[in-house]
Amino acid sequence: MTHVVVDPVTRIEGHLRIEAEVDDGAVQNAWSSSTMFRGVELILKGRDPRDAWAFTQRICGVCTTVHAITSIRAVENAIGAEPPPNARLLRNLIMASQMVQDHVVHFYHLHALDWVDIVSALSADPASTASLAQSISDWPLSSATYFGAVKERLQHFVEGGQLGPFGNAYWGHSAYRLPPEANLMAVAHYLEALDWQREFIKIHAILGGKNPHLQSFLVGGMATPVDPDQQASINMTSISAMRKLIGEAKKFVEKVYIPDLLAVASFYKDWAGYGAGVGNYLVYGEYPETDEADPPLFLPSGIIRQRDLGNIEPLDQAKINEYVTHSWFEYGDGDDQGLHPFEGETRPTYTGPQPPYDRLDTDGKYSWLKSPRYDDQPMEVGPLSRMLVAYASGNPRVQELVNYALGQLGVGPEALFSTLGRVAARGLETLVLAEKLDGWLDELADNMGRGDLRIHDNSKWEPSSWPKDCTGAGFHEAPRGALGHWVHIVDGEIANYQCVVPSTWNAGPRDAMGQRGPYEEALIANPVADPEQPIEILRTVHSFDPCMACGVHVLDPAGRELVKVRVQ
Amino acid sequence: MDQTPSWLVEELERRGVSRRDFLGFCGVMSTALALPTSAGAKIADAIERKEKPTLVWLEFQDCAGNTESFLRAGRPTVADIVLDTLSVDYHETIMAAAGHRAEEALAGVVADKPGGYIAVVEGSIPTGANGAYCTIGGRAAIDIAREVCGNALATIAIGTCAAFGGLPAAAPNPTGALSVADAVPGVKNLINLPACPANADNLVAVIVYYLTFNRLPPLDAYKRPLFAYGKTIHDNCERRAHYDAGQYVENWGDDGHRTGYCLYKMGCKGPVSYQNCPNVGWNEGTNWPIGCGHGCIGCAEPDFWDQMTPFYSHLAGVPGFGLHSKVDRVGIWATAGVAAAFAAHGLVQLGKRSFRERTYVKAAAPERPAAEEKGDQA
Repeated sequence: MTHVVVDPVTRIEGHLRIEAEVDDGAVQNAWSSSTMFRGVELILKGRDPRDAWAFTQRICGVCTTVHAITSIRAVENAIGAEPPPNARLLRNLIMASQMVQDHVVHFYHLHALDWVDIVSALSADPASTASLAQSISDWPLSSATYFGAVKERLQHFVEGGQLGPFGNAYWGHSAYRLPPEANLMAVAHYLEALDWQREFIKIHAILGGKNPHLQSFLVGGMATPVDPDQQASINMTSISAMRKLIGEAKKFVEKVYIPDLLAVASFYKDWAGYGAGVGNYLVYGEYPETDEADPPLFLPSGIIRQRDLGNIEPLDQAKINEYVTHSWFEYGDGDDQGLHPFEGETRPTYTGPQPPYDRLDTDGKYSWLKSPRYDDQPMEVGPLSRMLVAYASGNPRVQELVNYALGQLGVGPEALFSTLGRVAARGLETLVLAEKLDGWLDELADNMGRGDLRIHDNSKWEPSSWPKDCTGAGFHEAPRGALGHWVHIVDGEIANYQCVVPSTWNAGPRDAMGQRGPYEEALIANPVADPEQPIEILRTVHSFDPCMACGVHVLDPAGRELVKVRVQ
Repeated sequence: MDQTPSWLVEELERRGVSRRDFLGFCGVMSTALALPTSAGAKIADAIERKEKPTLVWLEFQDCAGNTESFLRAGRPTVADIVLDTLSVDYHETIMAAAGHRAEEALAGVVADKPGGYIAVVEGSIPTGANGAYCTIGGRAAIDIAREVCGNALATIAIGTCAAFGGLPAAAPNPTGALSVADAVPGVKNLINLPACPANADNLVAVIVYYLTFNRLPPLDAYKRPLFAYGKTIHDNCERRAHYDAGQYVENWGDDGHRTGYCLYKMGCKGPVSYQNCPNVGWNEGTNWPIGCGHGCIGCAEPDFWDQMTPFYSHLAGVPGFGLHSKVDRVGIWATAGVAAAFAAHGLVQLGKRSFRERTYVKAAAPERPAAEEKGDQA
């Protein structure tokens, strides 16, 4: 039995450590640990709830909109503010464009190098690469001259001897299976996607002043004025600019991302047999289509248990609880119970090895993440969960795309429950949302044309208009999955704040019953050809798109003791 | 300037960028840096002669927002920087290697190029729990920071967390988070590039400045380059005329808001915030926060999470008067080394509500802004 440690897991947001036992060329057991902690929720206590979105937004700079959105929803829910229709549309545009941009960056810049061997691209024939590219897409940048120039740039870079971020990697590993031409095509698109993401996200600068960390969120609405007759508002100039960005995004996803995804997947079909994970899926749902109290959601909510697509259960948030049995926290009444976020308590008690260390105590506590459970079961959240629930709930476009992808790869629906399925679901979701953006933009323009310029519910802006003591919850589907914030407001200040975050669901450690979290379970039976170069572990972990800073949890009064010790 | 073309010129030519285009770029950079026209040629000369300098990028208590901002760099692009201009030998979010192979890459730079590489630090550095609030490869962040920054040619603390402690250090600073200046005593050639996140244009400009003149740009008291932080947002704000005319947004979405009136009453901290947002904009000049209708939150100032909140309470009194003394006093904590920083964090411990009590509105006198009175008189 070989004990493999991957720390840091790179090409993710945040700090993640994987320990695994490998025998007979496969993972026998695995532990997922988050090794960074900040205590954002404690910092929020006593502050103005209208400021909370800016604080929680800084939980993550990659999914830079998600905690802001969830926070304003939680506070609005608590104080009874009702954002007008234009705010819903502006938010939908911001959320969906975040999803589209983030998924593309994940595929090309965080995940691709697990499947694409850059060094192999150096032996590609540009003419054959052009034939390959033209056979799967009519994207215009596909000539032999174009790929020849990319190859030459790469050649020059490698010959320079300074490999920078591509140094010391696993190039030439037997697990890389793409022909050189596919590798060269992927390298070209890695570079194109770098340019593309920079351009497309200008839609966030239009709607939020800047990206990362947009600055137009408000409890009760949005700070972006809309008025077709003003220079300082969203007007037809900005609508046209967004229309162009959306059109180009859709084209890139249709003609580059999806064809690349299917081409790469066709060489790695065996990965439909690995990484299945816990087989339970949780979705809060997202994209309100109307302004009613309980609006229909474009991507529906639901629970799937044990891969049973025939039975989508309605979600009941009262069934959510969190364990700290294997987390560096303790509960007042013992660490073997689960607590609902409204009752959540969090006292950090670091019991791990003192740094520098080689091994964690995986029998005891071993992560800064808690273990969220639904009805005491571990749940996977994210694009795969959303696409499965939408597919099983009858969303026609999702069904069409999933069936198309399965058909192209010649695999059955069972292939979805896997590392490959997770990667594919993310791509299909990107296309589904890229196609939705125009409609929301049309609606916004329509409203402006009819003279509806409202962006904010002013009636609940002043804290004097709020109940003295109120609680609220906000939910959102972030790129990495189901996100919830719970807030308790007393006398206009935050009394308590709790976040239960996608990467906590997916990356959390074992619970009191000894059930593994989704990463840990997905790694079981994962192949590892060479424990010194565990690229296969990265494939499955990256398929979840880890975002660790998001997952890390609250700190309560005990935490202040630590600071006092330091100050003395 | 007539030396044998270096690798860079070859590289650019092969990619269809003429020498003329390249000199044009250098001219743009010199304009961005507010340098005399002749500096354009010096920049070109400097870039051509240099080997690709090594850069390592460390992430500690961060959100990767500065990394994402770096990915938005468009002049030049991140691909140009990573592939052609610098050798980025360590950066967790983008590097291909993982685990001990990644750590070997970092150790190799420190061992082989002592005093010869640029370190960029993103995120604050925790001291609580004996360093266990942030470990990488089993090592405490503070040990990594001291080793890597301690041996660097220069260190760039990017973002407000690395520059001043930022969000993790906001009251009550649960993890004992410190800035680079405080966590690495005696760190040489430190440049702070605060903001949440820092603007990619400013990072690129610092790198080119350093390569060109082989020295740090002039800095303010918080070690921020003057070319990017030398003036307040208010000084250069496109809505300044409305402020001077006493025309304010009163409610979100009102006529004044749609017309682009001043956001002072909605809590804008532009008058006490130093940064070049109105000049360079964000996302290649597409927009900036005030441009989209929301006030400045002062994100490049020390302790802004405590000093600039509540974000929607307007600055009190005559803007700029009496407030600067407050800002300066706070700032001393951030720059006077570890002992002062500890004292500051001690102050933060005084009470749960201290961050509120120290805010401008609570601290300073009249609720009614002088400028509004001026507007009324007009």
